[in-house]
Amino acid sequence: MAVCVAVIAKENYPLYIKAASADSELKFYYTVHTSLDVIEEKVSSAGKNANELRELYLGLLYPTEDYKVYGYVTNTKIKFVIVVESSNSTLRDNEIRSMFKKLHNAYVDMLCNPFYTPGENITSKVFNNTVISMMQE
Amino acid sequence: MSWASNLPEELLCRPTGLVILTGLDVTYNAVHKSIWDSFYNNRRPDRVPLQFQVVPGDHEYPKCRTNKKQSYEWYIPKGILKTCWMKKHLSQVPAVVVVFYDLDWDEPMWKEKQMECSTRVEIVRHSLQGHGTKLSVVLIQKNAPLPPGEDVVAAERAASLCSACDLSAKNLYVLPQTDHLIGYTIRLENAFYELAQGYYHGEARKVKSHKDFLNKTTHQLLFVRHQFKVAFFNEMKQDTHTAIKHYKQGYGHLLELRMHDSNILEIKTIAGYINYKICRLSFQHNAPLDGIAQFRKHIDFFKSKTGIADLAFEHSAWMSKQFQVFGDLFDEAIKLGLTAIQTQHPGFYYQQAANHAIARKQLCQGSCKPLSDKPSTDPLEHLKALDYYGQRPWRQGHQSIDPPDIQKEKEGIAALQADELKEDHSWLIIPLLNSAVAQFKKYKSLRMKRFLMVQMGQEYFHAKDYQRALMLLSKVTWDYRGERWWPLLTSILTTSLKCAYLTGKVQDYVINCVELIGPYTTCSAEEKTRIQMNLLRVMSNDAPEIETGLDPACVENAKQLWAPVSEPCVFNVEMQNIVPCVECKARFTSAAVAADQEVEVEVYLRVRCPFPVRFSKVSVSLNNPMYNQYLEVIDGHGISAASESESKEGNLYLVPGTPKCYKFSFLPVQEDVGSQLEITGVCVVMGSETARCAVMTWVGAGGDAVTPIQTALTLLPKKQNKNFIDWDQIEIDPSTKIVSRPALLDITLNHEAPSLQNEFYLIQVTVRNNEEVTIDNVVLSVVVPEKEENDKSTHLSVDQAEFDGIVINQLSFIDVGSMEKGETRNKSIFVKCLQTGSKYITFQVEYNINVVINGHTIPCACSKTESINLSTVSAFEVSVKLMNMKFETIEAIQAEEPFIMMPEIKCTSPWAVDIQDSDLQLTSCIEKTDNSPSQLNGVCLKKSECAAECFCLTSLNTAVTSVSLGSFVLHWKRRMDQTGGNLDHPSVTTLFTLPTVNIEHIPISVELKLPAYGNMKCLLPVRYVIHNRTGYPQEVEVNMEPSDSFMFSGNKQIHFRLLPGKPYEMTYNLFPLIAGHVALPKMHLNMQRYPGTMDPIIQKMLPSHVFIKPLGKSGKSGPGEK
Repeated sequence: MAVCVAVIAKENYPLYIKAASADSELKFYYTVHTSLDVIEEKVSSAGKNANELRELYLGLLYPTEDYKVYGYVTNTKIKFVIVVESSNSTLRDNEIRSMFKKLHNAYVDMLCNPFYTPGENITSKVFNNTVISMMQE
Repeated sequence: MSWASNLPEELLCRPTGLVILTGLDVTYNAVHKSIWDSFYNNRRPDRVPLQFQVVPGDHEYPKCRTNKKQSYEWYIPKGILKTCWMKKHLSQVPAVVVVFYDLDWDEPMWKEKQMECSTRVEIVRHSLQGHGTKLSVVLIQKNAPLPPGEDVVAAERAASLCSACDLSAKNLYVLPQTDHLIGYTIRLENAFYELAQGYYHGEARKVKSHKDFLNKTTHQLLFVRHQFKVAFFNEMKQDTHTAIKHYKQGYGHLLELRMHDSNILEIKTIAGYINYKICRLSFQHNAPLDGIAQFRKHIDFFKSKTGIADLAFEHSAWMSKQFQVFGDLFDEAIKLGLTAIQTQHPGFYYQQAANHAIARKQLCQGSCKPLSDKPSTDPLEHLKALDYYGQRPWRQGHQSIDPPDIQKEKEGIAALQADELKEDHSWLIIPLLNSAVAQFKKYKSLRMKRFLMVQMGQEYFHAKDYQRALMLLSKVTWDYRGERWWPLLTSILTTSLKCAYLTGKVQDYVINCVELIGPYTTCSAEEKTRIQMNLLRVMSNDAPEIETGLDPACVENAKQLWAPVSEPCVFNVEMQNIVPCVECKARFTSAAVAADQEVEVEVYLRVRCPFPVRFSKVSVSLNNPMYNQYLEVIDGHGISAASESESKEGNLYLVPGTPKCYKFSFLPVQEDVGSQLEITGVCVVMGSETARCAVMTWVGAGGDAVTPIQTALTLLPKKQNKNFIDWDQIEIDPSTKIVSRPALLDITLNHEAPSLQNEFYLIQVTVRNNEEVTIDNVVLSVVVPEKEENDKSTHLSVDQAEFDGIVINQLSFIDVGSMEKGETRNKSIFVKCLQTGSKYITFQVEYNINVVINGHTIPCACSKTESINLSTVSAFEVSVKLMNMKFETIEAIQAEEPFIMMPEIKCTSPWAVDIQDSDLQLTSCIEKTDNSPSQLNGVCLKKSECAAECFCLTSLNTAVTSVSLGSFVLHWKRRMDQTGGNLDHPSVTTLFTLPTVNIEHIPISVELKLPAYGNMKCLLPVRYVIHNRTGYPQEVEVNMEPSDSFMFSGNKQIHFRLLPGKPYEMTYNLFPLIAGHVALPKMHLNMQRYPGTMDPIIQKMLPSHVFIKPLGKSGKSGPGEK
């Protein structure tokens, strides 16, 4: 039951952002954008010991009063961000992890489409439906 | 509204024990003043935490209410915490009262003084009745005290004073008036501190003891109050660990209270106070996680306790304050050494405080109305003087669930709402955002910092400070552009546009428009259309349409700012700082241009806004501004001319999405030959220069508005389309090089490598003019680029082979003159390489020519360079042999004796060499014995052939022992033959240095005069001539050894004296007995001065054999036969 799902390119510009409601879209854009601070910090601090395999799931990025922001970075530095409501206590770490896994799979499927140019905004219906299903669970 | 959420000062301060000093006349008595100063001034942190006050002796202390115990059963508390309580204990009820009194032990009027002192003590004691305050007396004495036990009078009088004052002996102190007042003061205050701690301990216990009398139903409020008091007393006692324990208990009791709309504010207020104390003490105990957890718990509990909806803003204000105060505490702790992390630092709390402040503002705007009619009595008149913290001023002390007077309640709420409307919320929000910005910057969260700055900008916008909003927003847009978050950028730009409109700033307005109508912003098509129409209006010197959703009063102001201008208003738009709707790419068509060719510049322009745009001028500037006149197009129409009509002048009408190309060309000037031309900027002008005029500039050659992301696909080659311009295929090329016109000239170098060392090596340079016209000022330069300055081993000369010892390695500007079309000129260059190895020699021919292009005559300088890599080998190897007259190789020569020197020349040159002459240049002490001509004259040597000649030399009588023989001079020339080259090289003289030899001085010299051969059985007369080479007479013994081969006559053994300068001759007649190469009879010579040494030397000087012809057959006798 995410309220916002975002895919962010390696260069930190958004490829896809979906918010639960249209009127709070701008707010979530800012939420996702500011979470990049923490993602960058986490990725760069993990990169210091290069021998260890970095876990893709970054965990809770930062809590706000109303939302929890989770991050996930693929090996190609594509970032996934999922925002859930703080009041939602049913979502534990494992659920969030599986949501990211699902999102990652959907992203990879979308990327396999030969008509998609990497770096363009994601317009795939299938991907969009996956995200919508994650927001309605 | 700030009244309910603000924390009182007495809560924020660090509680310290109160000690009151009486009996000090600080105004008139200097001694008393200095005592007071020593207590009060310069309290450093290492002194005990006490607060001192000086009051007169008859000061009235707050009355103590003593009858609580009896009445608890019927006591109904009216509130949680009285507003005056903390202040009372901090500054009114002392822990210790000290009575100062001037009294010496040897005071003559002791009785009277003692009486006065005890009266004073009694007065103080009386006014403190009921309080547990400790009392002490300090006697100020003029005399220094004697050691304890020695002053009998003092002990006696002290005891009597104590009993008179009803005082324990421990509480009587003596303060002598000495220079070291501060030491006594510190000892005194330590004693007072101990008393104060005892007092607060007692007070805390007193409060605790009430607990047994309380019951859970009616005294719930008292549970909280008592725990708070106990904690506070403990804090006064500086026992913070006990204090935090009681605060936590108090907080726990508080949460158990029944909460309803009428008391929720009181509970939240007290909860906020206790929470503040707990968090503060947690940070102080270096347990920040406890503090954060407590705060989290506090917020989670009260987050939803909004209270009545009409006063919801109160809740937001309270929440905002909670976060702000916690942020301050956190920040304070960090300043004292705590370390925070990126995801847990005060910034989050400030940000949340700001968010709640924003929510408060929205709630206020949503629900608050100004008072329609002023009620007869102001329900808020007691706001500043409440009995209990957090209660409604119109129903103080009331604890039932429903308000007692519905009407009064309504009036009160309306009054509070009206009060809230007066609050300027933006100025509450902005400082909070500012604090948050500082924190996020510190903890490396720059995006969050920018987001907060955007919020700040928007808050300034709401506060109608449009200038500042515009400035703040313009600072952050750069980063959103860079990271391509277009929706965020669009939202910020929309706000900026409104600010620019309201402040009437044409430049900012235009910049925002140009960016907003671009393809990247996420505005709707209608919005972009509207903005572009507004842009057109502004550039046509009209007022733009009003932006939507603005304050009407401000719009009225703005309308006046947008009146058409009469003065020209020209402003700059730096296009590379924004993501504009106009893109530009400029390029030189080739990377290098010859001096006689035209430089071509192409400027591509593309607009990507909803409607076509007409510009008034396009110009390019280069690093050499003199060309800029050729690089501009001016549109012939007005800005609003809508169609793409034909015109003689340039047409700068751009249709969206279709790139247009403007071409410029010009001839470079002569001075720029060899330099780089660069596009320093492109400038597109919109609007008219007489009214509003936007000069859009690109630094360098422009480029895409947004650099495309490079993916694997973009790297693939794309199909070129000739018919239209593919924008993405245009590559900017901001520089070109002006090169000199290529020379139409041939340089032929005729030479025969390798060159021989020291030879004047002839290189024939042939220059041929291939130009269509005559060329002037043809000059030839020959240069040997030396790697090192001092390396001078190659000499150059022109026309004549000459070398005077000064090496010239550069021949500049050999004038060749003017050359007709097709004419050929020759120059002979002689290169003399003094060392073997390879040398790089460059030949450059420069000339001037006048080229006519497009009717212009351009003087051009052309040059052509040829170079050769010349290797040099040595022509000869010369080895020299020294021999004695017997052709035996010798190491040293003997003075005044002849010897033979044989130079052997080996030809190492690949070319045949004619030796023309050879000679010796001898040192002064060596001479030739004869004057025969050179034996090598006319000899020709091919490679690896050898030639040798022989010189007979003798040294003069000289004292030196070692001498350099001199040089061997060879005159030679490269052989000119028919098969080889056809160059006539001049003859060369080469000197070879001869070796240095040692000269031996032998005291004696023996010469044997012997015919060339002898005949069998014929007389062979020989004569030995012995010379004395010394300046003294020498005794010589000669002994002739008999021989089987000869019979001979003469002295067999002789002793004689040899005089200097006069040779001695010895004649022998030999009669050969054997034919052939026969050993001569051996002569042994001994000199008395050099006994035994001379014989081997003499043997070397003398021939050992002679050839004896055999007896000839009769009739066939040889010519020498006698």
